[in-house]
Amino acid sequence: MKASSNLQRVLDSGHFAVTAEIGPPKGANPDVLRKHARNMKGYADAFNLTDNQTAVVRLSSWASSLVCLQEGIEPVMQMACRDRNRIAIQSDALGASALGVRNVLCLTGDHQIFGNQKEAKNVYDLDSIQELMVLRSMRDEGKTWGGDALDSAPQLYLGAVENPFGDPFEFRVPRLAKKVAAGADFVQTQSIYDMERFEKFMDEVRDRGIDRKVHILAGVLPLKSAKVALYMKNKVSGMSVPDSIIERMKNATDAKAEGIKLCVETIDHLKQVKGVHGVHIMAVAWEEKVPEIVREAGLCPRPTIVESVQ
Amino acid sequence: MIIAEQKPLDFVIETLDEHKNVLVVGCRSCVAVCLAGGEKEAGILKESLHLHSDLTGKGWNIEEITLERACEKEWVREMASAMEGKDAVVSLACGVGAQVIHEMYPSVLMVPGVNTVSMGAPDEQGIYMEKCAGCGDCVLHLTGGICPVARCSKSLMNGPCGGSQKGKCEIDPDTPCGWDLIYRSLKEQGRLDLMDVLIPPKNWRLSRSGGPRKTVRKEAVQTPEEKRIGGASQ
Repeated sequence: MKASSNLQRVLDSGHFAVTAEIGPPKGANPDVLRKHARNMKGYADAFNLTDNQTAVVRLSSWASSLVCLQEGIEPVMQMACRDRNRIAIQSDALGASALGVRNVLCLTGDHQIFGNQKEAKNVYDLDSIQELMVLRSMRDEGKTWGGDALDSAPQLYLGAVENPFGDPFEFRVPRLAKKVAAGADFVQTQSIYDMERFEKFMDEVRDRGIDRKVHILAGVLPLKSAKVALYMKNKVSGMSVPDSIIERMKNATDAKAEGIKLCVETIDHLKQVKGVHGVHIMAVAWEEKVPEIVREAGLCPRPTIVESVQ
Repeated sequence: MIIAEQKPLDFVIETLDEHKNVLVVGCRSCVAVCLAGGEKEAGILKESLHLHSDLTGKGWNIEEITLERACEKEWVREMASAMEGKDAVVSLACGVGAQVIHEMYPSVLMVPGVNTVSMGAPDEQGIYMEKCAGCGDCVLHLTGGICPVARCSKSLMNGPCGGSQKGKCEIDPDTPCGWDLIYRSLKEQGRLDLMDVLIPPKNWRLSRSGGPRKTVRKEAVQTPEEKRIGGASQ
């Protein structure tokens, strides 16, 4: 059965949803997670716990998700295909559901060459689309991918990611359609700076009616400096950062304040884009700014939707 | 063909250690074509080892031979007389050839003179690109004649990840994105509909993941009777 996660209730009730990312620490001390959770509580409907993002070893996403549950905020557990085969993916999904994690985000995962374990063997037994197929069949058919019946099916609300700025550009919407066909309930996008290209992407999404089948949360990432903007443009694969944004960050007297302002403006714009059902805020190593961004964007307070008794 | 790359001379020298009677073995097949272990390379390696021995006074006895195909026992037998008195082989054949040589001469030290890199082809002279991963379940008919297993860095089956940029893979600007190649090939063929097909989880049991693969061609396998007669005639 489909989970009744807070995120699902917010999206299904037609509210403009907010999710925010929390990067787990590079160590065994969960205090920083607790600190972020307390600071951000009430400012987003659910919180993504990244899964060794950029292939750098960090506290695991399932353990971080559990810390969030203990702190009373709802996790979105990210689960990358890079480090797990289909046995581990299914087992972790059962474990997550058993412990109360309802939102699971399926993603391929950054190649290990970008991380601090460049000599690792990658797994990629499944790709992210196949991961969705496998988890949906567990949830909806109560079966493992091998066909064995489960004692009880996991309760999952399944997420996917999409990068509207990857190439070939004309295959990005069809790829999103594949993810929806494979089981995605919601989608979070790569961070958006190139609004023109994103709007073109959304035009095609609406033309194909995909926005009626899946909830799209548009990604935003507040920039701390012009240097970060340049880094995103030149070093992060699949990113499109227009020169006008880099100039704006360069010319700002207070770059950090400008970055927040730009982020809030982007959210304001995204609220008007038809088919966008929410935003996903990735304040990388800057989580403390999330409450301010959400407040400034006029997205407070977050709705409380009581679970209907079925 | 199999693409290989020579190991450094220092490695070979160090690995030979106390062994003094050495046969350098080249192969005229794939490793000759990719200029890693053919007759010419075997000759150069022999001369290099000679030079090292002369300079250091090690007194090594080094010979060389280049086989037609080091991966077939019938051809490996041709080095029998050259092996007399040898206590080490430096193989410039691929990892397959080296192991067949070892099966024929199990008591001598096997020094791999090359690293076996991939199953590939020359993109141009001197540039060799991996093309096939030997997954045991070919899907080239679905992917425009380009293999996603070997040519996508993540072996994805359902299209390019977000790291595909202007035809290149995110891991390296010199590496073409396998799925960009597939997309363009299917577009050319008017078969972009194939990009929309959900390809389910792959059966990796047919790949190396299922353990060492044994292929049996029943009609070619000799009966015990045939083996006995064949053995007697040799």
